[in-house]
Amino acid sequence: MNDLQPVLRLEGIVKTFPGVRALDGVSFDLRPGEVHALMGENGAGKSTLMKVLGGVLAPNAGQIYVAEKPVSMTNPQAAKALGVVFIHQELSLAGELSVAENIFLGELPLKSFGRVDWKKLYADTDKILKTLNVSFNARTRVGDLSIANQQMVEIGRALTVDPRAVIFDEPTASLTDAEKVVLFEVIADLQTRGVGIIYISHRMEEIFKITDRISVLRDGQYRGTLNTAETDEDKVTQLMIGRSLDLSRNVSHHEMGDIALEVRGLSCGHLFEDVSFNVRKGEVLGFYGLVGAGRTEIAETIFGLRTPSAGQILLNGQEVQINSPIEAIRLGIALVPEDRKDQGLVLGMNCKDNMTLPQIGRLTKGPFVSDRAELAIFDKYRDKLDIRTPGWRQSVGNLSGGNQQKIVIGKWLSMHPEVLIVDEPTRGIDVGSKSEIHNLIRDLAAQGFAVIVISSEMPEVLHVSDRIVAMFAGRVMREFTSEDVTEDNLIQAISGLTGDKAA
Amino acid sequence: MTVLTRQNLGSFLAKQGILIAFVLFMIGFAMVNQRFIAMDNISGVIRSSAILGVIAIGVTFVVIGGNLDLSVGSMMSFSTIVVLDLHDKIGPGLAIPAMFALTLLLGAFIGFLVGYLKLNSLIVTLGMLSAIHGLTLTWSGGKNMDIADKSGTWFSFFGQDRIMGIPVPILIFALLAAVLAMVLSRTSFGRKVYAVGGNGQAATFSGIPRARIVFMTYLISAFCVAVAGLLQASRSLGSQNTVGQGLELQVLAAVILGGASLLGGSGTVFKTVIGVLILGFIQNGLLLAGLDFYVQYMVTWAIIILAVWLDIAAKRGHLWSPIA
Repeated sequence: MNDLQPVLRLEGIVKTFPGVRALDGVSFDLRPGEVHALMGENGAGKSTLMKVLGGVLAPNAGQIYVAEKPVSMTNPQAAKALGVVFIHQELSLAGELSVAENIFLGELPLKSFGRVDWKKLYADTDKILKTLNVSFNARTRVGDLSIANQQMVEIGRALTVDPRAVIFDEPTASLTDAEKVVLFEVIADLQTRGVGIIYISHRMEEIFKITDRISVLRDGQYRGTLNTAETDEDKVTQLMIGRSLDLSRNVSHHEMGDIALEVRGLSCGHLFEDVSFNVRKGEVLGFYGLVGAGRTEIAETIFGLRTPSAGQILLNGQEVQINSPIEAIRLGIALVPEDRKDQGLVLGMNCKDNMTLPQIGRLTKGPFVSDRAELAIFDKYRDKLDIRTPGWRQSVGNLSGGNQQKIVIGKWLSMHPEVLIVDEPTRGIDVGSKSEIHNLIRDLAAQGFAVIVISSEMPEVLHVSDRIVAMFAGRVMREFTSEDVTEDNLIQAISGLTGDKAA
Repeated sequence: MTVLTRQNLGSFLAKQGILIAFVLFMIGFAMVNQRFIAMDNISGVIRSSAILGVIAIGVTFVVIGGNLDLSVGSMMSFSTIVVLDLHDKIGPGLAIPAMFALTLLLGAFIGFLVGYLKLNSLIVTLGMLSAIHGLTLTWSGGKNMDIADKSGTWFSFFGQDRIMGIPVPILIFALLAAVLAMVLSRTSFGRKVYAVGGNGQAATFSGIPRARIVFMTYLISAFCVAVAGLLQASRSLGSQNTVGQGLELQVLAAVILGGASLLGGSGTVFKTVIGVLILGFIQNGLLLAGLDFYVQYMVTWAIIILAVWLDIAAKRGHLWSPIA
């Protein structure tokens, strides 16, 4: 047996979506018994690549080889049959069913007349569970298990076939340190059995602890593979972010005004605790952290969607109570939400109606909405934000992501807010529109708006912010100014490594 | 000329299917019975559709707001019985506002449960269908309700009179449709109804008071039911406790036929009126074709299924899909 023959190899994978080249000739190989990290920022193409590998998306070009034989993954079952299995970040288990039923879901062993062979099912399951060294058995109801144990069930599901390659997508996102140790043992065990592991994570610490090689994607392109033992976090970060960042750009050249919004000791249950910060008129304050660090929840609390359990919110020096978005809007707080399609827009409505929605009650003449007043607003912000649409009647669902986001931004700008909070301003937006939106955010600050930008993309947060608040697990780890920020200490702060906590 | 492939035939059928079916029905009925297209028959159909139509307009608001109202038939029985009972007790001049107040109270209760407590509207209004029926029977003691002096009351005006030759129910139907069409399409309240039904979460994020908007849609629905109850009571001057039974399904059929999505966020008053008329003509046609009136219950159901199917088919672009 040739140990060097890769279990899995991708060659020149291209995947395009309308307006975006999500994967641009990605090549990559996985050796038996290795743990291979796949890294890249959000939007770099990792999840698209995994979807291609899992048979969920068909590539436009390129070839996948399993054990050096060209294969085509036409659907998820085909991938599994070839021994390529996924452990998803989001668990997809049926909570009411037993561990055994979940592990063999869709392929339950049968006796005559379609009766389930329970004996064999439980025996087979216990065999798998034994290799995972877990404390529960085949008959346990999945809903009664901890998240970590549910993940073990998910892994068990992967082991019903003889896997060649197992892909872990952010497996430690919701695990405690002790649970991580168990997971890493399972991974090590798979390694010794000659299974190749693709390990997707943002957490440098883990990557350097358990992986053998690291491959990096950026903007849909393969940027190279490093031997973990011969590299360091700096080199990986450099490869992920690419350019040496032009930090001079994020220094505001205009005068900053007074503090517009100040938050003191704000807490909301265990979502975030003791958060304090302020933002001045004319300033962009960035919030950087991993998904789940509590950033969106802070924004939602300020916008009146959540009730804080402790702390104060001050607007222009006055303490305010905000119990609903209606009150937040009245006070001049605007939120461009994280999820554009679910929270930002009514997709079936046209561009104009979406843009004027928060103030529609004011745009009336007599009992009726004034078309003229509405169109005046729409035209103004269409021109100001350069929104490209065939006309105001166009349903927003038909616009590109960038133009949709501009409609949401326009909707709030037309209300002349005191504080504008933008959560993930460029998620799912193509590169061209991205820089337009970045420039827009800088312009707004220059015009005197106080802007808070929440982002999971480091270049973005570095590019647009005057100051950056780094969060980890619901707490503010550190606040950076544009002078003292580096990618390294930013990554350390959001990974929960205390690092240099010099003030 | 476009090439007629199987696929775009399917898509065409899906989009225009209801209209095609309607036209085929009409031609079929006209051939079976000439009376179908006589002027007095057409006017009669519109007149007898007025009660259904008035209710359907109200339910249109509820459906666009993203909810259902299955209690309207039962609620109309209540309105009818109450106004007839009070007619003889306190006189028509007080009975009518009293009936409106009580019906609006029922609507407010449903609106509170669905809007503010965020309970599932299907369960709430299905339950209210039964509860209000019980309320009606309690009120009437289970007996039919009749006005004592049927010839000596001006109360018959709403259901039986004509103004300039046009039956009053048709005028009321048209007036209500016009006013509520304006409310829905031209006021900020109407816009908020579409937003709440189209994407409730985005509406909340835009500072729209979702609970209050939903509450208001049920008030409008109850108001329309009260108007319908008035028309019904005035027309017959006497009623059974079950006069509105089964109406909720016909109303829903009309609203769906009009193209409102059951998911909320789309539909118009005008389209609902078209849906009401389609339903009215089909039922009339069935009667003229010599079929018993109870056939219409089965046909109404079939029409609902057809409309829902075609609505889904139009969205996915073909009539049939092997995967869910």
